[in-house]
Amino acid sequence: MSELLSIFTDYTLRNVALGSGILGVVGGVLGTFAVLRRQSMLGDVLAHAALPGICLAFILSGSKAPLVLLLGGGLAGWLAAWLVLFVLRHSRLPEDSALGVMLSSFFAFGVALLTFIQHGNNASQAGLDRFIFGQAATIVASDVLNFGVLGGIALLCVGLFYKEFKLLSFDPAYAHSLGLPVQGLSTLLTSLTVLAVMVGLQTVGVVLMAAMLIAPAAVARQWTDRLGSMIGLSALFGALAGVSGALISASRENLPTGPLVVLTMSAILLISLFFAPLRGLVWDWVRTRQNRRRVRLERLLLEAQMLHQHQPLTPQALALHRHESQSAAQQHLEELRSRGWLEPGQQGFRLTPAGQQKAQELEQAMRVLPKSAEDR
Amino acid sequence: MTTPLRPTLPQEPEALSPLHVRDLTVVYREKPALWDVDLEIPAGQLCAIVGPNGAGKSTLIKAVLGLVPTASGQVRFFGQSLAQARKRIGYVPQRGSVDWDFPTSVLDVVMMGLYGKLGWFKRPGPREREAALRCLEQVSLLEYAHRQISQLSGGQQQRVFLARALAQDADLYFMDEPFAGVDAVTEEAILRVLHELKGHGKTVVIVHHDLETVRDYFDHLTLLNVQVIASGPIDETFTPENLKRTYGGRMRWGEGEKAKETPEARPQPPS
Repeated sequence: MSELLSIFTDYTLRNVALGSGILGVVGGVLGTFAVLRRQSMLGDVLAHAALPGICLAFILSGSKAPLVLLLGGGLAGWLAAWLVLFVLRHSRLPEDSALGVMLSSFFAFGVALLTFIQHGNNASQAGLDRFIFGQAATIVASDVLNFGVLGGIALLCVGLFYKEFKLLSFDPAYAHSLGLPVQGLSTLLTSLTVLAVMVGLQTVGVVLMAAMLIAPAAVARQWTDRLGSMIGLSALFGALAGVSGALISASRENLPTGPLVVLTMSAILLISLFFAPLRGLVWDWVRTRQNRRRVRLERLLLEAQMLHQHQPLTPQALALHRHESQSAAQQHLEELRSRGWLEPGQQGFRLTPAGQQKAQELEQAMRVLPKSAEDR
Repeated sequence: MTTPLRPTLPQEPEALSPLHVRDLTVVYREKPALWDVDLEIPAGQLCAIVGPNGAGKSTLIKAVLGLVPTASGQVRFFGQSLAQARKRIGYVPQRGSVDWDFPTSVLDVVMMGLYGKLGWFKRPGPREREAALRCLEQVSLLEYAHRQISQLSGGQQQRVFLARALAQDADLYFMDEPFAGVDAVTEEAILRVLHELKGHGKTVVIVHHDLETVRDYFDHLTLLNVQVIASGPIDETFTPENLKRTYGGRMRWGEGEKAKETPEARPQPPS
């Protein structure tokens, strides 16, 4: 509990939590479009490609100011994305191969540069490797300000171009036919994703950044069928994971924030995969069972009705008809009775008015009507 | 009369025809998808584009709309370039071209047809909603307005695309195999909409997959197999010789028609 309160009082924790929270929101929003456009891997490329950019920014400028390094990382990521498109357009390389190659090449280049820097004579070059896995503990108030500005620009653009991004993600060919500049919008969206990556580099690092783009959106999709809600939920879950990760890592020594944020996000995803009402596996299973039971009872009702027309509806009669034991038949009749479709009569059961009406509806639904083949 | 491979004078002034194509060539990795296509679509008619698989029918629509790069060719819409005439053109792509699991509702998709009119930075408002609902009514999908699109059948999805294009209130519509794999209700709805469009003087160009229904549904026919084999009024163009040239002699029932010269004679379905 004291940890929760210290989020307001402890300077470092406050900044780390804010930084992670902003990352969660921006990653969630931009990640939604990446996931819907099937560009999750591209997000990973953008993140991994940032490493050589950071190193080169340091080498060329001699500065370790975070904004300079992040800008270098962003530019490198942007270049990598452009190269991927170039390769895809002018070669026969499959898309996943192009992405994989670009990701590894840029990252390898980055690691090489890192090693080169670390063995150089410059005394102040150590510490760039914190961008591989993130080092949220180094986040200070000015960093949070950077994140806020970068994230704010990204979110503002998403707000301005929301409907265009929506159409672009759903049906780019149709968007083109309307006269929308599909290429330009796509570049803009990728650039905004680069901004999201820049926000995340200090917290979760290049290796784990992809998770903060993909997981919040994947979680959100489990809960809603509307894009607007999906974006909102994605931001919410991302922020939740960010702040929780910061809190958990602050509660113990030697717990790194970045991986904890991602782990929290994964836990949320796991829970949502099973328990989200819309698409959760558990709910699917429950609904399937309910459906099966309903269909079974409906068929039983029709059989009962048919039997009832020729003979008294007793457990014996039903058991004979269905080739099952009398106790099973008794159970079935009880089920129908508890549904309100059967009631006890002079000789066995008979259909209630509700049962008769239901049976009639079922019969009509099953008949193939020639003119009204309207699907349900 | 059917258009010969090198047309001479068009029947109507080309400045006004909804679609005028000259020398359109599309090449995909050294293989021609479309070769020297000349096409003149008459105004206010339902026009079919028909041909075997791989004939370039979808490519023709995509090339004309600027969706695929062309090696050569000139395309004019009502005498204007694509950029100038965009607002007058509606497009109904194939169903399979999108992911129907996308988190959006039927109404939302139809409203996308209005994005061109809205312009940048404006959100769709109650007026756009109203217009979209009316288009849904036109295709008999009003009750489905708030369903998520993956909950629809194939035919219903096709109708959503149709409603979206209708929302554009265009003068020229391109449709890519709208009748493929749809149920009877959808087929009726599409035909009804097509006749309404024709009644309002709109022109519709449709890539059609089914030879059996071409004569019933359309006024104008273009037979395509990488090149234009024939193009003109349906009764003059839909002949056994043209079909044979288009489909390469694989059409069995066309041969039975050689003996019958009367234009009203319908080809018998294969027994």
